[in-house]
Order: sequence, then structure tokens, then C-alpha cells
Amino acid sequence: MYSDILIIGAGGAGLTAALHAREEGVSVRVLTKEYPTRSQTCMAQGGINAALGNNGEDTTESHIENTLKSAQGMANVDAVRHLCESAPGAVKWLDSIGVCFSRTKDAKIAQRSLGGASSPRACYAQDYTGLKILHTLYDQCLAQEIEILNEKFLLEILKSNNRVCGASVLDIRTGEVEVYEAKSVILATGGYSRIYDKYSTNSTASTGDGIATALRAGANLKDMAFVQFHPTGLKKSSILISESARGAGGYLINTKNERFIDELLPRDKVARAIDEQIKNGQNVFLDIRHLGEKLIDKELPQERKLAKLYENVDPVHDLIPIKPVAHYTMGGIEVDAKTSTCIDGLFAVGECANHSVHGANRLGGNSLLELVVFGKKAGSNAAEFAKENDILQQKIEVTTIENTKKIEVNFYQIKEEIAELFYKNVGIVRTEKELVHAQMRIEDIQSKLYLMGWTDNVKVYNTNKIEFLEFKNMLEICEQVVSQALEIKESCGAHYRIN
Amino acid sequence: MKITIQRGTVVEYEVSLFEATLLEVLGEIKYKQDNTLVFSSGCRSSVCGSCSMRVNGREVLACSYKVQDGDFVEPLKNVNVIRDLVVDMDKAMSFNAKAKAYAKTNSEGILITQDNAQLNEVQSDCILCGSCYSACPVYAVNGEFLGPFSLTRVWKYVSDVREQDMKEKIDTIQINGIWDCTLCNECTIVCPQDISSKTDIEKLRSRSAMEGHMDPSFSSGFGDSFGSGFGFDGSPTF
Repeated sequence: MYSDILIIGAGGAGLTAALHAREEGVSVRVLTKEYPTRSQTCMAQGGINAALGNNGEDTTESHIENTLKSAQGMANVDAVRHLCESAPGAVKWLDSIGVCFSRTKDAKIAQRSLGGASSPRACYAQDYTGLKILHTLYDQCLAQEIEILNEKFLLEILKSNNRVCGASVLDIRTGEVEVYEAKSVILATGGYSRIYDKYSTNSTASTGDGIATALRAGANLKDMAFVQFHPTGLKKSSILISESARGAGGYLINTKNERFIDELLPRDKVARAIDEQIKNGQNVFLDIRHLGEKLIDKELPQERKLAKLYENVDPVHDLIPIKPVAHYTMGGIEVDAKTSTCIDGLFAVGECANHSVHGANRLGGNSLLELVVFGKKAGSNAAEFAKENDILQQKIEVTTIENTKKIEVNFYQIKEEIAELFYKNVGIVRTEKELVHAQMRIEDIQSKLYLMGWTDNVKVYNTNKIEFLEFKNMLEICEQVVSQALEIKESCGAHYRIN
Repeated sequence: MKITIQRGTVVEYEVSLFEATLLEVLGEIKYKQDNTLVFSSGCRSSVCGSCSMRVNGREVLACSYKVQDGDFVEPLKNVNVIRDLVVDMDKAMSFNAKAKAYAKTNSEGILITQDNAQLNEVQSDCILCGSCYSACPVYAVNGEFLGPFSLTRVWKYVSDVREQDMKEKIDTIQINGIWDCTLCNECTIVCPQDISSKTDIEKLRSRSAMEGHMDPSFSSGFGDSFGSGFGFDGSPTF
């Protein structure tokens, strides 16, 4: 099965890349382990940043400045400049393909405040911004007749010497291993927040498969220790309550009914302040009652629905119990300004990549932006590569997946244990001692991997097997996160060390 | 608490979770009792559309349904079951492309007022969970019906002031489309996002009439079908 370009992942980054690659006239095939519209992108709520100035004065320079400040010196200035300068064009493009943005009274795209931003800069579609962007991109892919194959799980990147030539996948439905050849491959497989399992806002699919696979293929991983904890996950379920609730004027209060932090500081600072309150025995709540039912229903309908459904409170009348949980992973596959990895023909984009724009702490509203801006780059650069290079003619060995012979350890239990361990020891506040402890435990688990496997032996749609393969990927990522965290002795953004 | 699950054969499970969502209960079974149970899930927060299934005959999202003792859980209807509660949505999804549910021409610089935006705000909340598709009775007689979610999507684009060429869209949905709907409203009842495809189909019918189309059952003589053109209460629909 050959195409000029193979894209793995069909969220916002993968679909944007597909559309722009298609524009260059090359053949494009997209594979996803889910369905496109089920991707993590649909969960983005708050908005997409662009200095349009539709709601008060704003400049691209301010956007750059805010992004760099939040990144704590760990971002690349040129990359950030490209991101922010491309933002108005990216939003204009989304508008042109039919994204249903909310509008101002004078018929412009509505914008609101998120943390760390000097102006209301996030363009939004109520609090369904990611959902509406993702679905519109999907619709455009249908319009352009881009081939998207669902429920294919990435196994390995195939390469010869240092040149990519395709990927092997497990067809989840049939249980068969398949090979897809291509001149260039784009990884758009999302982040790894689910290493924190139930302490994460993310979809259960955010298991960092592309990152672990790229590592095995010889790509470099960068900034893996920087994990963003979102200040306001629902207390029981970790489901996200958008920053736009605070942007609209929501307060954070403790059991004593006291506010304790400027709610619109960057996420790392707010998350730490909440963590400190909780460690001192306080319960922490988001209070948006004073915003009124009308505004909540107009601008934050999803937040009200989620709070009612998963926390049993109505934000119009009640306080929302919250805790900070893993939300976005700044780290990822190292890429250059062309979104190319160190493997020829292998590109990476979106949360799985490290575009050096978020540094140690991502600014709210910059992740959807990253998908569109770098998705375009990845698509056109991968197309250019495919035009300039021939397909590698070589015999490809099909990957085989062996199960463990005698299963003695339940990996689901270990997965839960790692989440507890990482939330506590590789979480919001870190110490040398706790990091070392976590590292040793991960090494220990790695050494017991031969005792774990899948117990369901049916070939068709074996999610037990898929979840084990995801678990193995996450284990490789945990190792990287904790070892990189140990290397950074000083506090920096989301990586906060007290000793 | 007991629940039964249609897995080819009906299997009963005992779980001791209370006030739990169906997704939490399915997870409890899979991870603690029976690793072979198969279902789809993603966001856990009703926005990705992965975990749609039926409980006691009614479509729900497993992540937003609170389990009751004695519940009977089945996969969606009108789609092929792959295994247990997982269905193949490929054919259902293919109707989006067949219905041309997308913006055809990139439009730039068209101003959209707040009133304009209201026209398709709810329709663009669709999460493609397929609940409406499963609940739709038309598939019993016409497997090629474009179906509720695709037609809602068409209305989303037709009602969008950015869309410059709506004629092609309207022409596309005349066959196996808007006139095949019985207006039974099942799609509206099961939608987790409060979208009414039935209402959107009615709007598309009246837009089609404006474009010179008519209900084929009228053109072939009145009264040959109860379904198209009239609601179940017998009232004309446009």
C-alpha cells in the first residue's frame, strides 16, 4: 500500500497537514487509531490565539511577548515569532472553510481572555472551539477526497539507514499487521498526558504512541519533563473546566471562601497555588456564580453541562470542586523549523512534536494555533520532500507482536499505580528524592514487563491487546519524562523543583 | 447491582459501583473482571462520540448515562457490530461525503452577524456519535438513506452565509435524502447535543421547495406513501 505521504493521526494537526499536502498535488493517506472526529482536538474548549484586536487593542508583538514569558526562556524566539505572526492568517483560513466561531456585535470573530495574555486574544466557538475546528477540518478532508483509514494502531516507523519508508500498523478490526509505504511520513499522534491516567483531562487515547515509536526509530525527544497541569480539572473525574471560565471573571476560592491567587496568571503558577492550598488541607473551588446564568449559557454551555453531569453541581448556583490535573505535554519529538525530525522524510506535528514554541509552560489558546500553523508547514514540507525523493525500493520485514508466555502481573493495576506515582512524585512540585524513587520504580516495572501481556486471545478488535501496547509506549515515555526531569535541577515553568 | 450486556450472547455482570456512569461500570468490568469485554471510549466527557450504545433500547453515551440496576446494554443499530459493543461506523460516516456536507468554496471576508451565527450554532455542536443514525427507522427500508446527522451537517453548511453555492448541496439531498425521512423525531429524542435533525430536514425541505424541488411522492401522485411529505400526525411539513 503506497502513497506519497502517510500521515499517522487524524486530529487537528494531522488533518491540517493532510489538506495542505493535498494542495501540493501529492497523494495523501491518513491513518488513525480512532476516527478523526474522536481525536483529542475535540476536547479543546477555550479558544485559538490570534492578535486580531477584535475585542480591544492587541498586537502580534504582545502575543509573542506573552508566549515567551510563559515559556520561561525555554522557547525558540524565531519559532514563537512564526507561530504568532501566522496566527491571524490561520484563523482567517479556519473561518474561510466554515468554522462556526462566535461573533461580536459588529460581526467580527469574538475573542476572550485566557491566562497569561495581555489582551482578549482567544478566538472561540462558545466553549466548543476544538470540536468545531476538528469537525470542519474533517469536512474539508471529505471535500478534498483525502483517504482516511480508521482504527489502525501504529506499531513501528519503517526506515532504511536514516530514511523513512513507511509504517507498520495493527488493523484493530482484523487483528492483522499491515504495512503502508510512503516517501514521507508525518506523525500527528498527540501527547502523553495519559501517563497520569485518571489524573489527566485527556482522552484515554493520549498515550504518546507516536512519540514512543519515533524514539524507537531513532528520533530525539525534547523537553519531556514539561507537563502542563491544568488548574481546573473537576475534582472527581479530572474532566476539564476551561480556562475561559476564569477568563470571563471566575474566581478560585478555598474552603474559607478566600481567593488566594490572581486567576489569570499562567497555568503553572495557578496550578501550584491550588496544589499548595490542597496540601494545606483546603478544598478548592471555581466560582462562576456571579457571571450569571445568561452569560454561562451563552459562552460556557459545555462547562455547565460537564459540572452538572460529572460533579453534580450547577455552576449557576453552586461552587465547582476542582483540582489541577495533567492536561498538555510540552515535550515531544524534536523537530526543526520545517517540522522535520532527524530522520529523513519523517515529520512530526502538533502535541506529539516539540516545535519549541511552548517552552516550559504553554500559554492557553496556543495549542489549537500550533496545530493549524505547523500542520500547514508539515503538510507542505512533507509534500516537497515527497516530490524531491523517490520511494525506497526495499524488502520490508513485517513487524510481529508476541504476547508474554506466562502472564503473572496485571498491567492495568500497574498503569494505575504509575499514575498515582507520577501525580505525586513527577507532578506539580518535584523533589530529587521523589524523582529518583519514581525512576527506580519505572525501571523495576520495565524489568517485570516479561510477566505482563494481554489475556484476551481473540484476534478481532482486541482492546486488551491495544491497551497493553499503549501501556508499553507509556512506560517508555515515563522513563524519558523522569530521567529528563532529574537532569533539570532548577525550577523552570511547569517543572518546579523544591530541592 | 446487575447489568446485562449483549455480546453475541447476553452476559450478566455484578458490579458494586453506585452513582457511576455506564462507561465507569464497563471499565470496572473490563479491568477487574473480564478483560475480553470490548467497547469504545475516548474523552469521558460527552464530546468525542466514541461510546454511544443502547441501554434498554435507547441510545445513550456511556460516559453520560448513570447506570441503574437491571440495565440491558447493546450496541448501536443500523450498523455492523464488530465485537461486543463496538460497531463499524465507516458506512454511516460515508454519508457525510455523499451528502456533500462541507464548504465547497473557500469564502473570505464575509461578515457574519451574531444572528447569522445563531442559524447553525447548535448544528455545529454535533459530535458524530451516531445515536440518531441508530435510532432512525428509515434504515429498515432504505440502507442508502443519507440519514439524520449527515443532513443536519448539510443544513449547517446551507444555512451558513459563507456558503456561496448551495444549489449543488440542495440537489444532492433529493434522492435518498430529505424526502425519505418520516419525521418521526426519534433522532431528536436521542441526540446528546440537543440537535433536532428532523427540524433541520424540514428546513432543508422548505429550502428545496424554494429551489424548485418537490416531494417525489407528490409528483408521482398523492397518497402513495404515508411517510414522505407528511408527519405522522398527517400535517404537511412545509
